[in-house]
Amino acid sequence: MSTTREILLDPLIDNNPIGLQVLGICSALAVTTQLKNAVVMTLAVVFVLAASSVSVSLLRKQIPGSVRIIAQLTIIASMVMIADQFLRAFLYDVSLQLSVFVGLIITNCIIMGRAEAFAMQNKPWPSFLDAIGNGAGYGLVLIVVAFFRELIGSGKLFGITVFQTVSEGGWYVPNGLMVLAPAAFILIGCFIWAVRSFRPEQVEEEFHVGLLETAHDSELR
Amino acid sequence: MLEHYLSLATKAIFVENMALAFFLGMCSFLAVSRKVETAIGLGAAVIFVLGLTTPLNQILVKSFLEEGALSWLPGGENVNLSFLSYLVLIGTIAAVTQIVEMVIDRFAPALYGTLGVFLPLIAVNCAILGGALFMVQRDYTLGEATVYGVGAGVGWALAIVALAAVRERLRYNDVPAPLRGLGITFITVGLMAIAFMSFSGIQL
Repeated sequence: MSTTREILLDPLIDNNPIGLQVLGICSALAVTTQLKNAVVMTLAVVFVLAASSVSVSLLRKQIPGSVRIIAQLTIIASMVMIADQFLRAFLYDVSLQLSVFVGLIITNCIIMGRAEAFAMQNKPWPSFLDAIGNGAGYGLVLIVVAFFRELIGSGKLFGITVFQTVSEGGWYVPNGLMVLAPAAFILIGCFIWAVRSFRPEQVEEEFHVGLLETAHDSELR
Repeated sequence: MLEHYLSLATKAIFVENMALAFFLGMCSFLAVSRKVETAIGLGAAVIFVLGLTTPLNQILVKSFLEEGALSWLPGGENVNLSFLSYLVLIGTIAAVTQIVEMVIDRFAPALYGTLGVFLPLIAVNCAILGGALFMVQRDYTLGEATVYGVGAGVGWALAIVALAAVRERLRYNDVPAPLRGLGITFITVGLMAIAFMSFSGIQL
């Protein structure tokens, strides 16, 4: 049994859900054009992840193995409904920008993955910590990518002008590519590159073997 | 009419490509794109399931969940169940993949060998739920939903097969160690997304 600290901090860099386990990438790419959206999305994911991990963990002895995927999906979908209704009520403009991606938290593989791999075997408290840790690891990548995309793409951070753009009479020519889809892929690629340069043990040995397979298997089981 | 559907299909396949413009279904997109053969299998399964669940969800949403959809019930005029849509959409998707898997297993064992293994995986593929959510958001009719579902599936399949082909070549290249595997795949997908951006603005 690993310690509380390990459960909480391990997913940040050493076992990052996006960088190493390739989970939850869909939303990571789509909502990162602005920092504000990325932060709201992170909070929503952390909430759903924590709530569903604890619920799955509490029910782990009651959920029969054969229908556990559907049971987990139902729990997760209910939590996402709560998050979605909350965002619509209190942060309507952000909720409009996130559009379908709030709903897509349901199929965010991090949440299913943690429910399957951790919450089904562990007590509620460690599951909660594991959820918070993984949520934070996901949020870290999201916020780093969003920081660069918003800064380079529109010269702003949280909507506040940092670099005065040319169209507003300043000097900065924004790089339009950054706010488009391809830049998100390339930035995440570079993020993984940077992390693995400092943590050589994460480098994939052979080109096509290893972690992708195991990450995916654990999701399937 | 046909023109309208054709334009919708082109838009779904190329301009708004599920994988490369909306980042949907990324998990399996990256994990199962190592060999062209498996990529084709997964792509076919996605086309099949998207083409089946999107119209089905359209019917369910229109006839039960939308505001005023239940007005045929006494006292149902003011019922708006749209907050339940996530639960219904994902429930339908999970159930359909499960049923399709069983049917294929029973009646077409050969097809099951190629397609069957991917079906459980697809229940949690964001592309399928994304298709359903876009369908709800854009208020498609039943016909539009079918065309959109199949089109989005074809677009996704096209992207994954193309990526698998690139990755098959890539394994013979000398990539810097920290970039190996996931890193270079992401950058490749980024470049593919740039290529697909040239489709934007095309209208039929």
